[in-house]
Amino acid sequence: MQKRISIFIFLLVHIASINAQEAKMASIKEGSFVPLYGASSKKPTVVKSFFLDVYPVTNEDFLNFIKKNPSYSKSKIKGIFADKSYLAYWKNNFDFGSANPKSPVTSVSWFAAKKYCECQGKRLPTMEEWEYAAMADEKRIDARTKTEFNTYILSWYEKSKTYENTIGSTFKNYWGVYDLHGLVWEWTSDFNSIFLSGESRKDKNNDKNLFCGSASVNATDLMDYAAFMRYAFRGSLKANYSTRNLGFRCASTTKY
Amino acid sequence: MKKEKSVSMKVMIFLTTIFTILLVISCKKGEESTDYSKIATEGEMQAELTSPPMVPKPIGGRAATKLKVSMEIKEQEGTMADGVKYTYWTFGGSVPGSFIRTRVGDEVEFHLKNHPDNKLPHNIDLHAVTGPGGGATSSLVAPGHEKVFSFKVINPGLYVYHCATAPVGMHIANGMYGLILVEPEGGLPPVDKEYYIMQGDFYTQGEYGAKGLQSFDMNKAIKETPDYVVFNGKVGSLTNGNELTAKVGETVRLFVGNGGPNLVSSFHVIGEIFDNVHVEGGNLVNKNVQTTLIPAGGSSIVDFKVETAGNFIIVDHSIFRAFNKGALGILKVEGEENKKIYSGTIQEGIYLPEGGTIQKMPVSSTAKEVVPNRTLAEKIKTGKDIFGTTCFACHQSEGQGIPNAFPPLAKSDYLNTDSKRAIKTILNGLSGEITVNGKKFNNVMPSQNLSDDEIANVLTYIYSSWGNNKTEITPQMVKTLR
Repeated sequence: MQKRISIFIFLLVHIASINAQEAKMASIKEGSFVPLYGASSKKPTVVKSFFLDVYPVTNEDFLNFIKKNPSYSKSKIKGIFADKSYLAYWKNNFDFGSANPKSPVTSVSWFAAKKYCECQGKRLPTMEEWEYAAMADEKRIDARTKTEFNTYILSWYEKSKTYENTIGSTFKNYWGVYDLHGLVWEWTSDFNSIFLSGESRKDKNNDKNLFCGSASVNATDLMDYAAFMRYAFRGSLKANYSTRNLGFRCASTTKY
Repeated sequence: MKKEKSVSMKVMIFLTTIFTILLVISCKKGEESTDYSKIATEGEMQAELTSPPMVPKPIGGRAATKLKVSMEIKEQEGTMADGVKYTYWTFGGSVPGSFIRTRVGDEVEFHLKNHPDNKLPHNIDLHAVTGPGGGATSSLVAPGHEKVFSFKVINPGLYVYHCATAPVGMHIANGMYGLILVEPEGGLPPVDKEYYIMQGDFYTQGEYGAKGLQSFDMNKAIKETPDYVVFNGKVGSLTNGNELTAKVGETVRLFVGNGGPNLVSSFHVIGEIFDNVHVEGGNLVNKNVQTTLIPAGGSSIVDFKVETAGNFIIVDHSIFRAFNKGALGILKVEGEENKKIYSGTIQEGIYLPEGGTIQKMPVSSTAKEVVPNRTLAEKIKTGKDIFGTTCFACHQSEGQGIPNAFPPLAKSDYLNTDSKRAIKTILNGLSGEITVNGKKFNNVMPSQNLSDDEIANVLTYIYSSWGNNKTEITPQMVKTLR
């Protein structure tokens, strides 16, 4: 019996490693942009070329990871790495229940997301990398000034339960990346850097949290409400938090 | 003996002087504003929260205490008007959010919970809080989490609270506001009825009445051109069976807030004069007020005695908002009519000045629409929605009309004897005296800017309701009469 299980697990792991190798990445070319926050004196920020997963990490992908790293399973994960809602919708350690295997994994803490990417030989994208890749629509590298683009993003913020959708169900952007807007929020490696170490902010006031007044002090483009909400969301997070609308994808500096 | 007496006299004089001084001091103290931050609290209790239009029980009589408030934020789909859906962001599952009742000196321990299925972080800025951000700096909470902070309420009054997470305007426009009352020591003077009303403006992708799930329209919000201006989050929250009620002789207090995000409210109750108005929700009491101005992010406490029976219409007296954008509610007063105060119509006559008196609505030259084939049931359903947005303000929700002003549509002989006349009435309007069910009416109805299909649907609905003869009107019938 035990032998059988171990063979089974061996097979699963084998399949998993094949899957992992197949996780497609898109090449994002170097460029510069002015982010909503974080750019000192509103000068453009240069983003070096990097690679980004085409899709967010799915329930299926994450299950494979947990099988290899049981210490990141629901019941085993250390309290400092994840709060109580970590994988709350999973049935048990190795079963995501009735969730769609191909929909993005959510309710994952930053620590777990980071570990997942490291196990793939990758890393989490930085906030600037993520924002840079996500400002593209189907045709343009920077679609932030387009009304339809912003309307699209805002409208998904208002839709509920988009985390149940299958990956790849939204548009393919200029770089060939799917689902940056329309399924779930995504972790970035430095998600809270703006509000904890943004120097210019600290000079003006010591608020660590985002709220009405300070939200607008350093914004470069007050019309970019969609981005406002992303920064506000990130600002509300801590690394051990996990919420139902927050997933992730991995990035890499070199070709994986 | 003598000596003793003089000593006791001296003591008496001394004591009297002290008492007098004390009295003077205490009087002076009463005139100056009290420092409520020094009030000690006794014990602790859970706050009673209510959704509008209800208000928690008065608590001004109790001692200041440690008051725990637990509020859950929910992003949920709701109904803006018949057939119109909207995704509301709410404090406590209602728009406006739960009413919080405190008394001055209370130490409030606020638990703000963000439901795990929510997409966005939120926070709360309570205008009753003295401190940075009104609580917003300490309350930013991610979905699936809870934040706790506490504050002492040191200024009596009625205060707005709202979400202050970026983009602030959008959070407020989606319904994230409510009222927190800080009662003075001893409470407000007792009244018979208390209600909670809050005005808000809403900005939807489609125009007023456009069906289906409507998303928030940022451009309209920035231009400050709302499609809906409503009380308590939706059209019809205080009408159609949800009327506020009172009995003749009772005193009614309304806690009125304005969530905005943009518009200032000219709050008015048709046929009533406010006996007392706590101007802007503060200490200043004005008397005998017809219309009180409520700023966005501000409030007002009004009270009045209802002297006679009838329906009293609650409006924003920027009046197109009331009749065309939804800012309309009803206070239904039951009991004896008081003819000394209001006689009703004593005499009716005809006055015909020269020239036409029929008003015309501007006709929009929209492209010819394709008229869909509808089943009777579909016609009745869409007809009901049109009735709810176009007709009910005058003809009332059950077609009962308003005596001496607007004729009834229910069991109406005027309608049932001639359907062509009914179609023409909507197409062309109607003025002058008519008799409906034996009662005379002399008023003006403007022609309605509706399509053939819409007129067919609304008339079919009216004919199929309230004991009418179930005539089915088709768009073709309307077209031939247009």
